[in-house]
Amino acid sequence: MKMRKKYNSDLWTAVALLAPYLLLFSLFIAIPVIIAIGLSFTYFDGVNFPSFVGLSNYISLLTQDEIFLKYVIPNTFKYALIVGPGGCVLSFILAWMVTQIQAVPRTILTLCLYMPSMVGSLMVQIVWVTIFSGDQRGLLNSFLLKNDFIDVPIDFLQDPKYLMTIIIIVALWQSMGIGFLAMIAGILNVNDELYEAAYVDGMRNRFQEVIYITIPSMKPQMLFGAVMAIVNAFSTGWLGPALSGSNPTPEYSGNVILNHIEDYAYTRYEMGYAAAISVVLLLMVAFFSKVAGALFSEKK
Amino acid sequence: MAKKRLKGRRGNPKYFSADQLKFYLILIPLAIIMVLPVVYMFSEAFKPLGELYAFPPILITKNPTMTNFKKLFELSGSTGVPMTRYLLNSVIIAGVTVLVNIYITVACAFVLSKKGKYKVTKWFFSLNQTALMFVPVAVTVPRYILIVKMGMIDTWAVHIFPLIAMPIGIFLMKQFIDDVPDALIEAAYVDGAGNFTVLRKIIMPMTKPAIATVAILTFQSAWSATEASNNFITSDVMKTIYYYLNALSVSNTVATRGVVAAGSILLFIPNLIIFICMQSRVMSTMSHSGIK
Repeated sequence: MKMRKKYNSDLWTAVALLAPYLLLFSLFIAIPVIIAIGLSFTYFDGVNFPSFVGLSNYISLLTQDEIFLKYVIPNTFKYALIVGPGGCVLSFILAWMVTQIQAVPRTILTLCLYMPSMVGSLMVQIVWVTIFSGDQRGLLNSFLLKNDFIDVPIDFLQDPKYLMTIIIIVALWQSMGIGFLAMIAGILNVNDELYEAAYVDGMRNRFQEVIYITIPSMKPQMLFGAVMAIVNAFSTGWLGPALSGSNPTPEYSGNVILNHIEDYAYTRYEMGYAAAISVVLLLMVAFFSKVAGALFSEKK
Repeated sequence: MAKKRLKGRRGNPKYFSADQLKFYLILIPLAIIMVLPVVYMFSEAFKPLGELYAFPPILITKNPTMTNFKKLFELSGSTGVPMTRYLLNSVIIAGVTVLVNIYITVACAFVLSKKGKYKVTKWFFSLNQTALMFVPVAVTVPRYILIVKMGMIDTWAVHIFPLIAMPIGIFLMKQFIDDVPDALIEAAYVDGAGNFTVLRKIIMPMTKPAIATVAILTFQSAWSATEASNNFITSDVMKTIYYYLNALSVSNTVATRGVVAAGSILLFIPNLIIFICMQSRVMSTMSHSGIK
């Protein structure tokens, strides 16, 4: 009887400790996702009560939305596939390199590589707009002009040819974030005896060391890094409008799926349609995270 | 001899050896490239007006001046709200968010980690794991509807609560608490301690590195958050400095350019200092960060 009472009080205090986060999690993550799924089957202008329209939002998104199919989807995939896996591989290579040197220079170099990911959107915008600015005062233009590579300044940020490339460069510049730190920690945590044993067994060089020992021993951190990179790649939609100064970006060249959501939600007030795009986005992130999970999960 | 060779090959070397040179040769130039834009920003913030619009552009300022920073602090918004008010708002919001979030996160992570015997905790942890992939901007519309319905528009709460729903904080914290020995907690229960006491006297002191990391992450997201000011706050006096400077930079005019640069430095410095002070703790948290 006493045991039972103790068990109960333990359960209730546990629930009390869990409750605040559970509440906020439901309010700002779980319920909004459910509402988004619900709204995606309706027509909703933000004022009148949503009216049920079945799958028609999804159907027109996947068959009739020319901007979505011709610009947004290719842009999103190009951006996410380069910045996601690319950022992840870059993070790993750099993380591995900094673990091959001593602690003090490692700390300094890690800070330098991590710094871009914490400068904040405001600084990213100002500094990169200044570098790629379309007139002769832009740093890159001024450099190219001075060295006679070009005669007329190139309007990098308004030219559909260049905008996406620039967005990707800026995103990669910022990609050494929290996943990068996790990878460094993961590599430093690999048991030294594993390497020694492997050398006894005939391992010869650093490359084999990385493939056969380092990566398999830090799969959990690799997975964490990969998921963070993917989420990051899909959730940074602000770069295009920030760099070009307009949403939609010139000829939709820098529009990714997030900008499309904003366009429909806040410019056209077609909230039901915007919700359908959100659901597609969440599904895409979940899919790619699953792929990463299959690659790096520990076999049981 | 053979033994010595092996030592040089492993990670985290204690001594310098010639074969580390190639790593320095790649890493140092790369680190410089990464930091250069930030250095340029600093230089921009200290430039006098003449240099800001000089042609050809000047990379590193020749006559550094504090004028931009002075102007920044004298600024005021279109409705007469002084810049210092926005700054104060941000400091209060970030401070409260960090404090509240640390408590809520540690409490929740403790239950998820040490109360696995209850089905609900296991289930919720896997739900939170899925939510790591959550993209908040994707659901701004439903969030907005929900916030309106709850009457939270234009309240301080709306600045703070959405940021606390941070799955990654729970995740990092839980992985770290997993390593706190169960025996220690059992001993405390035998001595009559309840869950709240265990949390305060055992879990919190033993997970300081993870708490520091969660604090940094929360601070960074709270400090640079603009979602609330953009969408959920209508009265000007309750908006944040980040929002204000963002709005200012959109109207990038001759007069504001240096000021916005100074502002972006002002916003960046707290992040930098906090990270430098806490980086060893962050690294120790990250070694627990694997998704298993």
